[in-house]
Amino acid sequence: MGSYIPSTDLQRQEMLEEAGFSCFEDLYRDVPEELKLNHELDLPDGKSELETYSVLKKLAHKNKVYSSVFRGAGAYRHYIPSIVTSVVNKEEFVTAYTPYQAEISQGVLQSIFEYQTMICELTGMDVSNASVYDGAVAAAEAVSMCRSPKKKKVYVSQGVHPDTMKVIHTYSWAASDEIIELPLHEGLTDPQDIKDSDVSCIVIQQPNFYGVIEDVRALVSAAHEKGITVILSMNPIAMASLPTPAEYGADIAVGEGQPLGMPLSYGGPYLGFMAATSKLMRKLPGRIVGRTVDSEGNTAYVLTLQAREQHIRREKASSNICSNEALCALTASVYLSAMGPDGLKEVASQCYSKAHYLAAKLEEAGLKRRYAADFFHEFVTDCDDPQKLVEKLAEKDILAGLPVEGGILWCATEMNTKEEMDALVREVLK
Amino acid sequence: MKTPEELKYSKTHEWVRFISETEAEVGLSDFAQDALGDLVFVNLPEPDAEAVKGETICDVESVKAVSDVYAPVSGTVTEVNEELLDAPEKINSDPYGAWLFRLTDVSDTDDLMDAEAYKAHCEAEAH
Amino acid sequence: MKTLFERSVPGRHCTVLPACDVPVLKPSETREKALRLPELSETDISRHYTSLAKQTFGVNDGFYPLGSCTMKYNPKVNEKAAQLEGFTDVHPLQDAQGSLELLKTAEKYLCEITGMDEMTFQPAAGAHGELTGLMLIKRYHELNGHTLRNKIIVPDSAHGTNPASSAMCGFTVVNIPSAPDGCVDLEKLREAAGEDTAGLMLTNPNTLGIFDKNIKAITDIVHEAGGLCYYDGANLNAVMGIARPGDMGFDCVHLNLHKSFSTPHGGGGPGSGPVGCKSFLADYLPGEKVVEENGVYRWQSRGENSIGCVRGFHGNFLVVVKAFAYLTTLGKQGVPEVAKNAVLNANYIKHLLEGTWQVARPGICMHEFVLTLEELKKETGVSAMDVAKALQDYGIHPPTMYFPLNVHEALMIEPTETESKETLEEAAAAFMDIWKTIQENPESLHDTPHHSYIKRPDEVTAARHPVLRDPLND
Repeated sequence: MGSYIPSTDLQRQEMLEEAGFSCFEDLYRDVPEELKLNHELDLPDGKSELETYSVLKKLAHKNKVYSSVFRGAGAYRHYIPSIVTSVVNKEEFVTAYTPYQAEISQGVLQSIFEYQTMICELTGMDVSNASVYDGAVAAAEAVSMCRSPKKKKVYVSQGVHPDTMKVIHTYSWAASDEIIELPLHEGLTDPQDIKDSDVSCIVIQQPNFYGVIEDVRALVSAAHEKGITVILSMNPIAMASLPTPAEYGADIAVGEGQPLGMPLSYGGPYLGFMAATSKLMRKLPGRIVGRTVDSEGNTAYVLTLQAREQHIRREKASSNICSNEALCALTASVYLSAMGPDGLKEVASQCYSKAHYLAAKLEEAGLKRRYAADFFHEFVTDCDDPQKLVEKLAEKDILAGLPVEGGILWCATEMNTKEEMDALVREVLK
Repeated sequence: MKTPEELKYSKTHEWVRFISETEAEVGLSDFAQDALGDLVFVNLPEPDAEAVKGETICDVESVKAVSDVYAPVSGTVTEVNEELLDAPEKINSDPYGAWLFRLTDVSDTDDLMDAEAYKAHCEAEAH
Repeated sequence: MKTLFERSVPGRHCTVLPACDVPVLKPSETREKALRLPELSETDISRHYTSLAKQTFGVNDGFYPLGSCTMKYNPKVNEKAAQLEGFTDVHPLQDAQGSLELLKTAEKYLCEITGMDEMTFQPAAGAHGELTGLMLIKRYHELNGHTLRNKIIVPDSAHGTNPASSAMCGFTVVNIPSAPDGCVDLEKLREAAGEDTAGLMLTNPNTLGIFDKNIKAITDIVHEAGGLCYYDGANLNAVMGIARPGDMGFDCVHLNLHKSFSTPHGGGGPGSGPVGCKSFLADYLPGEKVVEENGVYRWQSRGENSIGCVRGFHGNFLVVVKAFAYLTTLGKQGVPEVAKNAVLNANYIKHLLEGTWQVARPGICMHEFVLTLEELKKETGVSAMDVAKALQDYGIHPPTMYFPLNVHEALMIEPTETESKETLEEAAAAFMDIWKTIQENPESLHDTPHHSYIKRPDEVTAARHPVLRDPLND
């Protein structure tokens, strides 16, 4: 049996006796007999490290790793520079707890402060928190920030990721908000659907789930005219190319940070980022790191604005978040540092250019693009039998786009070479 | 501990300065600010908010605590002291200058104490 | 230390990507604001983060007895397994038989350990699990027409997330005072439970590290009143393999894989807070469930009664991989061994400290216990904070301070099972050394730690005049 308990049997016996117990059973005398488990756990026998690793390796081998991937739909394959993996595997970062003890946590605190700065720079917003669980939860938490007793309605564009929509519905059901879904017209949210003024906020996604670049400015101005707070969920890579959430006029910028250096990982851990205008600073949920000085005047970093949070405000807190995704926030910071401004713009440019190349080639091959509006790195094509095509491509070691509504949602990033895309098109033509 | 004679006080440590018979200014007493420690933020009420005597009207934050501020009298909020948003430390340094909000249509004033009675109340509470 | 931005040199960069091999195109409307990310070489980045790592205290640095956080050692084989390409390079929306089998097996193991029937891995942290559990309770009452059941009973010693999660579900929180031993006061509970009770949230062992003997009576009272019982799994490390929340009468639980099941905390996350429940609540769980037929696994909808989704995709999958590797290593014998040794270690260090330091509730403890420095502070002026900071100078991460709220000047100590006898003795010696300093020169403790990178930070200024980002010479 495997174990990580360092004390030897002899030492355990010494400790028991010294503390006044004769055996381990004595330690549990507060547990009523009838509540004690009366059978051995129905788990396999314990294993050595070698055996454990081979069990896990076997499971991992049952998963297919495709050499070419054209699927996005909320989880994107980008190149992860080696320095990212190296830094985020440093044991100090991996094994530390939330940095409550500032004196011995300056490293992790400073890294979060730098992350907050980068998120502000990327989004153009004033303040960022230290992260939440993922992009879908970030959107739902942003809706909670806007909740007011007078306005119980929330607009959500049907262009948001389906999981984001579901999470917003679930959180809002719990809080008794009413969700009004705004339908898409030709792949776009229509500003004219923003009619009511008794609505607290609107959630828009850029580019939307179908890859389409929304006319966010028009949506923002329609919403602001009605006094509605705008939550923009945006792909962080797209922010290097398209206008920033701040330039679009959003009040709260959220999104899925996975494209910033996190592997696909079958869906997680990912990174929910949240940033807002300074007016909304004290409504942001979760940890926030601030810069101050220590008793000798040296620069110091601390968790701050804590009176917003659950451990102080308890039932009056607007969010219950406690643990976040700190290591993923660190991943994003290292990724953004390694890419730098030009590198990130290059990623965005290659995503856009390659997706447009692919769309044109697929159109030539008979897969017609469904929506006329421009797109970023994803687009929907019609397809007679999406499932059949997906299976055919899988045999060629290609993960096709995601079947959606009788078509296929394709994605291209800097990872897809021209050669790969040409090969895909040849297979489609076969 | 200062307790200016011209003010009225509540059991929950708010002071009331009457501007006229129906208008008043409300703040936190010296005793309160001392007990709360360094204040870092104040969540002021909305203008037009209804203050109901004895009920929470807003709160103040220190680094590790949030404390409710109770309405010492009933009335309608006409103005809030926005200066405190950027300088909450004024409540600590000048508690009787740092008013939180102003009320009109003031009522339910019967339970307010004068300075003498309030001092006795604080002494009893401190023990 | 300089920030990444202060290290930045215009024009410096890493070479990561090849040139674009298709015609370069641009969207019609583009970003106007300059993208001010740091411009650095790989050397700069590597050294920057190495310095930051040196200013970060992790479990690998030393003893980390942070009460209620279960800072046990994070085994490396778990990390190695989670880095397998077959787990990391798999899209969440592709068929992944290995991932599904792993999730299904992990669900089976954890249900066995908790005495639950089904489990979801969507919740990404403990608080997220709590929220999910409360949503199950809300859904249950909603579908059974119990419109008046809107109150959640929470003991006053509970973690702050309990009331906050309740409020997010629209429940009103009823705080009940604990008995002096930190256990639930049965009379107070009977008074609080009634027609408006939606449920009860409880940890057992409680935050004082005591196993509540009356647990079955407690869950019975709540059930008789028509409410459900929710088990906060924060303290499961003390009893896993020994006693099960399901047998104590709980209807749903959340686990912290990043506590009891050895996955690392990552400086605050990612965690994983799976929620398990009895079968009568299973249809309400969020997300889809993994089903198996003839060795083939697939996702299946839970039907229209599900609360929906609490996170995108399938939760923090790689964290589940690590916990699964841990359970595979421990096996049926290893799980109760963990609990027993966690309890032994806590009782041993308590024994070494008792007599000098005051334990908030004397007697046997489970995986953790609480010291109270209330008397000490009155006599010497030395606070729990002072002692916590002094411990840093001994290479020990301070215990949890000022929690639970029903103990004054509290220090909550949870050694975990992965610390050796010698480590516990060294820690006890450090406490005794500090005690000596308190007797000789109590003043000297007010400006501890003396050997850390910074002295105590000015938190008041940080909160009054927040600087939440590098100003970049704006």
